[in-house]
Amino acid sequence: MWIFLVTEVLFFGGMFLTYTINRHQYFTAFGIGSNTLDIKLGTINTGVLILSSLTMAMAVWSAQVGKKGLVTGFLIATLALGTVFLGIKVVEYKQKFDHHLIPGHGFDVWYQVDNTKPETEMGKKLLEDEREELHKATLSDPDIQSHAQLYFSLYFAMTGLHALHMIVGAGLLIWLIKLSMRGRFTPQYNTPVEIVGLYWHFVDIVWIYLFPLLYLIDRHR
Amino acid sequence: MVIFFALIAGTTVTVLAAFQNFGQFNIVIALGIATAKATLVVLYFMHARYSPRRTQLVIVCAVFWLAIMLALTLSDYQTRQQHLSRIVPPAALYRA
Repeated sequence: MWIFLVTEVLFFGGMFLTYTINRHQYFTAFGIGSNTLDIKLGTINTGVLILSSLTMAMAVWSAQVGKKGLVTGFLIATLALGTVFLGIKVVEYKQKFDHHLIPGHGFDVWYQVDNTKPETEMGKKLLEDEREELHKATLSDPDIQSHAQLYFSLYFAMTGLHALHMIVGAGLLIWLIKLSMRGRFTPQYNTPVEIVGLYWHFVDIVWIYLFPLLYLIDRHR
Repeated sequence: MVIFFALIAGTTVTVLAAFQNFGQFNIVIALGIATAKATLVVLYFMHARYSPRRTQLVIVCAVFWLAIMLALTLSDYQTRQQHLSRIVPPAALYRA
């Protein structure tokens, strides 16, 4: 299993490399793109995923000491948290569609600023700040529309690949829960739980890196 | 359990730190915290600390090969004269 995870490290590593090179090249557009992401949802999702890693570790531990009821319980908890993560991701993807931030014909970094109607004074001020940021960004990078699309292509490729791994993990968990309900896991035989556990933690680690790189790179302005 | 709270604390710190400006150290701080969190997950959640030597060797190899890939490719890009965007033909060419 560890050997498989090594290949996965290099697989995701390639995407991180692509991201780094492009970000270095077009850092203004990447900053603008990053700041449109919803930091609240991103942070909640990070917490949810870390919690699911904890329940997974607890499931492995329960299997090793032979507490059969607990194994099933912790596996179901892990599956539930994984599903919550994917659900929040769907909400985020939906926002990107609403804000015209899907790479392609309808893409427009200005859409959100031009079409939001702020109700409070605070909201009005924030919107003005955003417009100003975009103006400045356009001055330093005239082709910001296509470079921001590059950011969102990478965003969808990386989070999409991560989500795909989560879906595979959820499938594996359902299989484990079925086995566990039949009482198959004992202190002598628990390798499947342990191996799926390793996989689940790996997916967690990928997110630990994705979160600061995609969500947090340009928040300080 | 302790590890879990350490990870949550790490997440909180990294979000708070992202809103401060440390100049060119922003990325170093963000990735430093991420690496610390990943190390905790590997060592304790994945039991690498209590694993046989062979497993530990495999983990070190993964990091090592990743480092080779990142270091060599980035140094290649850094030392090229050409700007990346100039490799792409201008839009006018493929409209014709």
